[in-house]
Amino acid sequence: MRRTSRTATVIAPIVLGVVVLALWQACVVLFKVKPYVLPSPSSIGEQFGRAFDAVWAGILVTGGNALIGLVIGAVAGILAAVIAALVRPVDELSRPIVAAAAVVPIVALSPVLYTMFGSDVQTGRQLIAALAVFVPVYLNTLRGLRQVRPVHRDLMRAYAATPWQATRAVTLPGALPFLFTGLRIASSLAVISALIAEYFGGPADGLGRSITSAAAYSNYALAYAFVLGSIILGLVFYCITLAMERLATRHSRSPS
Amino acid sequence: MSDAVRVSGVSKLFGTERKGTVAALDGIELTVAPGEFVSLIGPSGCGKSTLLRLIADLDQPTSGTVSVFGKTARQARIDQDYGIAFQQAGLLPWRTVGGNVELPLELHGVGGPARRRRTAELLDLVGLSDFADRYPDQLSGGMQQRVAIARALAESPELLLMDEPFGALDEMTRERMQNELVSICAETGAAVVFVTHSIPEAVFLSDRVAVMSPRPGRIRTILPVRLGSAGDRDEDLRETGEFFAAVSAVREALHGMPAGDGLRGLDLR
Repeated sequence: MRRTSRTATVIAPIVLGVVVLALWQACVVLFKVKPYVLPSPSSIGEQFGRAFDAVWAGILVTGGNALIGLVIGAVAGILAAVIAALVRPVDELSRPIVAAAAVVPIVALSPVLYTMFGSDVQTGRQLIAALAVFVPVYLNTLRGLRQVRPVHRDLMRAYAATPWQATRAVTLPGALPFLFTGLRIASSLAVISALIAEYFGGPADGLGRSITSAAAYSNYALAYAFVLGSIILGLVFYCITLAMERLATRHSRSPS
Repeated sequence: MSDAVRVSGVSKLFGTERKGTVAALDGIELTVAPGEFVSLIGPSGCGKSTLLRLIADLDQPTSGTVSVFGKTARQARIDQDYGIAFQQAGLLPWRTVGGNVELPLELHGVGGPARRRRTAELLDLVGLSDFADRYPDQLSGGMQQRVAIARALAESPELLLMDEPFGALDEMTRERMQNELVSICAETGAAVVFVTHSIPEAVFLSDRVAVMSPRPGRIRTILPVRLGSAGDRDEDLRETGEFFAAVSAVREALHGMPAGDGLRGLDLR
């Protein structure tokens, strides 16, 4: 029973994907759709194979920026959440700022950051990714840190644990599942932000830049090949953080 | 040697939003000698858990004093003079059984090798040596509670505070755990304050039973029930006339009259 449902959950989307691709190909060929409107899957695949080195280089640049941003943003978000959880005034003071940061379209800052750090380095893009990552990691971690069960709080008091000991022994591990949920959400944001930031300037590399320049040279199938690379990059980030989340929550189902 | 616990003139008021202040405890006097097993029994809402929390310094009395081994409750908590177990095992789900037992030792700076030695001893004591590397969610409720008791014993406390530790267990597991607790107490010689709402449990385990009444929480009477030294207490004791007589005596004290109809909120098994 369980096995058949699992097979179904794996096979069904694959079948659907193949059907959609086949329909797409058929439409483009049958109705003679112009490549600038929509290139066929086969031509995108062909370009992806031919320009694989360029796509791979783009993945490395954009993925590298997203990863650095993810690490910086996550570390900052976790530290800020720990401080906010320990020192209540910090939480109260920072709440409006975080609320404001959550609604800022962070990629909109990229032209400013390119001017600030120079447009020949990746720093601006990495910071954009870090800023986008900070908010969900901070909010989720803080929520997790507030979830301490009363029996654990009593236990820590009974052990005369210092605030830092209680944080390390109970609060932080208890917050881990929440932290990793934040990280999973943030991983997609990191890739998207790092990539979109490339549209606004900076060094002439990365997937975002490659998409715009391929489109500018009317090489639409190639542009789509870079989009395919972006999808793969986003999926890799998502799947890795999802696996980390699964690993972190495997024993967190709370016993009595 | 000073008393393990001395509670004198203690009252505790709780401020509630709907009913104003509620007197949870009033005029409590209780002394527990070193090595003595005292149960607190009474219907729900009589303040027995509150009294235990005051002794543990998890809450502070509104008036009166609580001293543990001649120190203030606060100092005793800081000096780790007691071990504590709650109705919920309260294990950390991300730590193994061994890791949970080690926790208090780790927090108080006991070195790795000493910690592992002590953990092995304790798991042996509660019969869970084969489970050191399991996680709490892989254990039954009774096993989790045994881990919690091992953890409470980790630093060989002279005083053990237990708040209905077997309350969530089925009757058979519960009696087995009671037998184990008796032998653990005989081995460690610790004084115990044990909150329960089961009369047979209180009678089987205790040297004395403090019977409490609700609203405001008071100690109605303290009955000596000591049925033989800890070493002699076993399964057969539950079948003896003395045992039944003591159960009746506690039940009558709870009702404030000879036993008749069951008292609400009370476990008369």
